[in-house]
Amino acid sequence: MYRIRFHGRGGQGVKTASRILGRAFFKEGYDVQDAPRYGAERRGAPIFAYVRASRTPIHERGIIQRPDCIVVVDDTLMPVPAAAILQGCEQKTLVLIISDLPAEKWTHRLQIQGKVLCLPKSVAGKGSPLLWGMACVGAVTRLLGVLSREALTDALRQELVTLDSAAAEQSSSTALQYFDKMAATQIVIQESSPAAATTYTSPRWLDMPMEIGPQTAPAIYAGATSEKLATGLWRTQRPIIDYTVCNRCWWLCSTFCPEGAIHVDSEGFPQIDYTHCKGCLVCLVQCPTHAIQALPEQEASRLSGEEK
Amino acid sequence: MQRELLTGNGAAAWGARLARIEYLPAFPITPQTEIIETLSQWIDSGEMDCRMVTMDSEHSMITAAGAAAVTGVRACTATSSQGLLHGMEMLYTVAGWRAPFVLINVSRGLAAPITLEPDHNDILSARDSSCIQLHCSTCQEVVDHMLIAFRLAESEEVRLPVIVNLDGFYLSFTREVVQLPDPQAADAFLPPYPSSSSLRFRAHEPVSAGVAVLGGSTYSYFRYQAHLASLQALPRYEKICLDFANIFGREYGPLEEYRNEDAQYVFVMIGSYATKAKQAVDSLREAGWKIGLVRPRMLRPYPEAPLCAALQGKKGVAVIDQNISMGKGGILYTELKSALYGHPGAPLLASFIGGLGGRDIKEEEFFEMATVLKQASATATPPPPRLLYTEEEMREMRALQTIAGAIPTVQGESR
Repeated sequence: MYRIRFHGRGGQGVKTASRILGRAFFKEGYDVQDAPRYGAERRGAPIFAYVRASRTPIHERGIIQRPDCIVVVDDTLMPVPAAAILQGCEQKTLVLIISDLPAEKWTHRLQIQGKVLCLPKSVAGKGSPLLWGMACVGAVTRLLGVLSREALTDALRQELVTLDSAAAEQSSSTALQYFDKMAATQIVIQESSPAAATTYTSPRWLDMPMEIGPQTAPAIYAGATSEKLATGLWRTQRPIIDYTVCNRCWWLCSTFCPEGAIHVDSEGFPQIDYTHCKGCLVCLVQCPTHAIQALPEQEASRLSGEEK
Repeated sequence: MQRELLTGNGAAAWGARLARIEYLPAFPITPQTEIIETLSQWIDSGEMDCRMVTMDSEHSMITAAGAAAVTGVRACTATSSQGLLHGMEMLYTVAGWRAPFVLINVSRGLAAPITLEPDHNDILSARDSSCIQLHCSTCQEVVDHMLIAFRLAESEEVRLPVIVNLDGFYLSFTREVVQLPDPQAADAFLPPYPSSSSLRFRAHEPVSAGVAVLGGSTYSYFRYQAHLASLQALPRYEKICLDFANIFGREYGPLEEYRNEDAQYVFVMIGSYATKAKQAVDSLREAGWKIGLVRPRMLRPYPEAPLCAALQGKKGVAVIDQNISMGKGGILYTELKSALYGHPGAPLLASFIGGLGGRDIKEEEFFEMATVLKQASATATPPPPRLLYTEEEMREMRALQTIAGAIPTVQGESR
């Protein structure tokens, strides 16, 4: 059975990519299961989706624990613990990442056990994050080695039917372009067998102790716990204040910020807390002097030298 | 018959469409909403001839479905979790009216705390409502059981609401390969409602449905009739499944038995997680185990005789409950124990609680449950109930509690 897990952000076509791959397998006569999993249903928030495909009926269900291939549509998610991207990654696992960094960097930085293959952002989908999912599904379909270009073409047509024709065409051509591009690599995603009952590791079950007091209720007693969640990682667009244009009105952007992520310093200038700013851009709309501009997050982090 | 890739929600919507429902009262809730969205698109595009009404709550929604059904209209509706609880008052009421409609429940754990993912405490809260309960484990079963459910609900000797249950996420949002029944074959299987002897609303022949009854004697008659009708739904369901198999070639029944014939050990569970148990059975069989799965599809009426027959002479049975009755334990375990009480040769039962609020049950946990079961059977000592919960999960819990400023005091050792 093939087990493939896609990770990305809401809006990058992660669910669509999984459906296209599922459909391509279906066209080739496989038994198929594909499903998305999301928490916060919001653009920019981490989501993942997975595909199982087999020549025999599939009984496995739910999140894939031991993937044959992990696809990372957005490399800014790699270090986010909550995204759990490398969960179940083994030596035989292929990790396909849309990233401008060389594969060895990722292998070294995150101690990745499997093979790593990087597709440069600048090329993938002509730099638009919205097309990265399409680049990935095209590449994966080819790397499996068992799916035809025709099956992918058919799957794209059926799964992109809700898009307008220009967007569907752009998505399809990106996927097919990456299918073709992968012909040059020798890498093949290997399918694997189910877990064996002879060699399993026993789960470390715990006898649940009885605990007393109001602390056993699902309540949060400590204040300001949401500070600990770096919601800034959800951001796809970054608001940037041009302080030469800001007239220090001192309240508009900070008051309208729904996240409370803008505070005003002692000189009356607003300061954005990028750890928590989700990039909704309400501030940009409110600013009367147009002192706030938006930059795509990737570009902003490159310009500010955050990306190594 | 057309092969398609459908989610559980898509399969439920197709089932309602093939059943040619005429009325769809609706109220949204995750993870069920996609069913209503799909049906509303078909109604909007003219592919379905059906009246859809968005209601103010599940309470009104179930009332409307029941009212339509008793006046001779084929009605369907859908909900999940808190929505089912909110409509609960009327669920009992319309079942008391003997209203034959189909309610799709997409299982999701109950609040508080909140979860979007599945367990069966929502549907089991409707256990004593007189509604028939059919539990699906694949998208194929969902579409097929929609047709079966209407036949069952509308049959003269049953006349009760039927709940078709599917798990949120694991079925609702999971696409699988489905053989879509051919519309003509579906029509042949499911005749139009109502049949000639049914109540049909006519303005010149007024009938009062759901009239008040005061007093225990008359009340007892009606309540016991509903009980007898529910019991009758078991043989009726078996008969309908035979008809279904004749037309569509897929066989169903109150129980699914998977590699159970020569099994010494058995997993018992309901819903979509049961397919995971099938995978575990295959792996364990490969390792030399004689083990199988018995999965009730029908939970109300309770398939007592089939279950006793399927488990007769087994060494041990692991009941995996994706629910919990606080102060008692797993509901399937409790019910199975009562069914087997006093039966000579009844197997040893072991109770496991797992998959609450969508928590996964991993392959190695099935293997471990089998091992625990085998050891317990060897010594004829039932093990204490076991919550599937690991030390690692507890560590993560403690980390969250530290952030929340809530480290509880440990009070002795218990379960």
